[in-house]
Amino acid sequence: MRSPAPVAAGERERSDSVDKRPALRFLTCGSVDDGKSTLIGRLLYEQHLVFDDHLAALERDSKKNGTNGKDIDFALLLDGLEAEREQGITIDVAYRYFASPRRAFVVADTPCHEQYTRNMATGASNADLAVLLVDARKGLLSQTHRHAIIASLMGIRHVVLAVNKIDLVGFDQAVFERISSSFRGFAGPLGFKDIKAIPVSGRHGDNVSSRSGRTPWYSGPHLLDYLETVDVEDERAGKPFRMPVQWVSRPNSDFRGFAGTIVSGDVKPGDEIAVLPSGQITRIKRIVGAGGDLEAAQALDSVTIALAEEIDVARGDMLAALRDRPQVADQFVAHLVWMSSEHLFPGRSYFMKINNCTTAATVTEIKHQVDVNTLAKLAAKTLALNEVGVCNLSVARAVAFDAYADNRDTGAFILIDRYSNETVAAGMIDFALHRATNIHHQKQTVSNAERSNLMHQRPAVLWFTGLPGAGKSTIANLVEAALHARGAHTIMLDGDNVRHGLNRDLGFTETDRVENIRRIGEVAKLMTDAGLIVLCSFISPFRAERRMVRELLDGEEFIEVFVDTPIEQCIARDPKGLYARALAGEIKNFTGVDQSYEVPENPELHLMAGSTDAERLAGEVVDALLRRKVL
Amino acid sequence: MNWRHQNVRLRRLEAEAIYIMREVVSEFRNPVMLYSMGKDSSALLHVAQKAFHPGKPPFPLLHVDTTWKFREMIAFRDATAARLGMDMLVYVNQEGVARGVSPVSSGPTIHTQVMKTEGLRQALDKWRFDAAFGGARRDEEKSRAKERIFSHRSASHSWDPRNQRPELWRLFNTRIKAGESMRVFPLSNWTELDVWEYIRAENIPVVPLYFAKPRPVVERDGTLIMVDDVRLPLAPGEKPRMMEVRFRTLGCYPLTGAIRSSAATLDAIIAELRGSTSSERQGRVIDHDQAGSMEKKKREGYF
Repeated sequence: MRSPAPVAAGERERSDSVDKRPALRFLTCGSVDDGKSTLIGRLLYEQHLVFDDHLAALERDSKKNGTNGKDIDFALLLDGLEAEREQGITIDVAYRYFASPRRAFVVADTPCHEQYTRNMATGASNADLAVLLVDARKGLLSQTHRHAIIASLMGIRHVVLAVNKIDLVGFDQAVFERISSSFRGFAGPLGFKDIKAIPVSGRHGDNVSSRSGRTPWYSGPHLLDYLETVDVEDERAGKPFRMPVQWVSRPNSDFRGFAGTIVSGDVKPGDEIAVLPSGQITRIKRIVGAGGDLEAAQALDSVTIALAEEIDVARGDMLAALRDRPQVADQFVAHLVWMSSEHLFPGRSYFMKINNCTTAATVTEIKHQVDVNTLAKLAAKTLALNEVGVCNLSVARAVAFDAYADNRDTGAFILIDRYSNETVAAGMIDFALHRATNIHHQKQTVSNAERSNLMHQRPAVLWFTGLPGAGKSTIANLVEAALHARGAHTIMLDGDNVRHGLNRDLGFTETDRVENIRRIGEVAKLMTDAGLIVLCSFISPFRAERRMVRELLDGEEFIEVFVDTPIEQCIARDPKGLYARALAGEIKNFTGVDQSYEVPENPELHLMAGSTDAERLAGEVVDALLRRKVL
Repeated sequence: MNWRHQNVRLRRLEAEAIYIMREVVSEFRNPVMLYSMGKDSSALLHVAQKAFHPGKPPFPLLHVDTTWKFREMIAFRDATAARLGMDMLVYVNQEGVARGVSPVSSGPTIHTQVMKTEGLRQALDKWRFDAAFGGARRDEEKSRAKERIFSHRSASHSWDPRNQRPELWRLFNTRIKAGESMRVFPLSNWTELDVWEYIRAENIPVVPLYFAKPRPVVERDGTLIMVDDVRLPLAPGEKPRMMEVRFRTLGCYPLTGAIRSSAATLDAIIAELRGSTSSERQGRVIDHDQAGSMEKKKREGYF
């Protein structure tokens, strides 16, 4: 191993002229043994950026855990967590900060195992450049393709192809040329602005931070030189003004300011702006700073803006250039990178966070899955962890956004599971679906209230949920008979009956169960519009779907009735003989056997159906409707 | 002259920290800012003043006092609270005090566990804070490098490094369940040098211990310990010597090594730092007691 010439402490001194540009944010990716951590460790070491106490620890660790015999194992400089050190792998995204005399850097070191698309997407979301490592002996692998595709998908426009371990192919120019030209061929459609191929050896330092004498045929810059000089200043400054409102500042009755970070463009007092999604127009009155008002502010400044007129602006709204506004829509097409071990369910309600705004969102349709190794389009009914798809999404309120290709800040969103609070997806908006804006809600002359008043009742949905065989339909039938006897206008939607008609195209996978409930919810809503009391009797095992139906309806219309019968009793009753078949393995995805039932957390009514007979339980339901003045 | 036009890097770091603070105030019910009197705390608190101007930061400060801080740190804390007109909550783990836990008699591991980690957990529970700002930076230590900006903690305050939420763009997932909380690190992307450059650019007051001056010290296992009060037992024949020293980080005085230095101004500190060959936490006794030591402490709820 070559080691750098010893230097006096004075020479290590980084001058006060360290670049004042923002740090270059890049990520490194490669397959397990491509030597990513070794390359970056080497870079830090050669730049004398490893502190003496860290170096001493490194030498100790190299002896204990290193894979290079007696040599220093640079990878150990980067692999932080204990488990990683023991297993010799990087599990998560790690960020490193270093500065050469010419530029400051932030490196996202992301693991690029088969299963770790999500980590790479995370690292790439905040990076300007990607260093893709290739083992010169192996050439381009499917992982290389995947990394390039994800980098492109996440909006990275600058790529370094580091052809590593060039020493192990005898510094052969032909190998380097073959790899770099086949990469260029592959990457053609990915829209990179520039691709720089460099032959390197992380282990020995060739072309890492100095030109190697062993690759005389290579006349380009070494890796560090390239990173120090590459221009990634994006076009934020030249783009139209956008500032999502993050926080409304009202320290006293005389001042009302809108705080946020400008994500593109610039702004000065007097500029005319639009507030989206409302479309109100006003002017910038002041840009308030701690040291006095500012004359102007630019992209990535965090500011507080006072407006000329008293208009209604809230967190989640966007201030934007008057003559070049973002789009506003409640439906759009987006690329999703799925990040959860629980699959995507079209129709399920998730939270979407976009531009400081959190709203309910559903994937209404998966148009296709994207094979991240080949870009091929695959048919898909769901997306699993690390899968990428193009989807239609619908959000509960209209939001302002730009296409991700135009603006990486205003076109990005995340999806959050409403129960686990897990971040389940990263999204990049492609374009708005104007279907929604063209199909305006028809103003109706006769209102819902007028319809139900004529029936002397208030519309409601009684949602009976519980295990198969719990007695849902039995109780629902008794309730309907009692309501009918009182002159109430009712309708019954029963699981089995709906599956014979409206939903006969659906099976019993989790995805189909979600869609089943979504359609029933929409039908129930139409029936409440007609003024009816709707009795729905469905196993509906997932909380998320029951909540989805609840949110379709107005405030108190949804009445969740949990028919709580112990599973042993359901199995004993087994009115349709289904438990017996499920337990024998003849039926798959049977709730209570091989699919779980999520117990309601706060049902409006909780019926102890194991210990009370159905007549009395039906009476409890009718009493509850009287208390709620439905009747 | 305004440094903002010259140093875009620092300007962006400040703007990012402001963004993070505003996000917390918008999305959490009861945030607090951990305050340790160190340089990072000073920078953090200064950014907070700017983030909410013309109002005051809408959260209190919290100092978890181990009772072994340098006297100058405590004086600085009280002066800072008075200068800014902010609430300064001080919490001492009285149970630890009653048990006589101290860095001298119990050793650094137990002292830190009881007085800092447990003290912090008790304080967060007592006031039911759901988000706590800290001044930690990712460049401080290897396991910190994988820490999120919004770091989720269970109801028992533990950190699970294997099960962290991905942080994409600047879209922070701030949702928590009842009893859970978030630790938030607005200076995650700053380096030690950035902090000092910011302190210089904005002329932020810091504890005088950072500046070199003759101070009474004893040398133990190669570490220079300042004799800050009479509680530090001296070995037979051990005598404090006056040496020109300063501190690169500040903690409990018996656990914090001084460095020999003549850097008595911010310019001199920054110049010294640029030429430094050792890491910032080298002087921290608690980091060296076992391998992977910081990660262990963090899992248990240390900041």
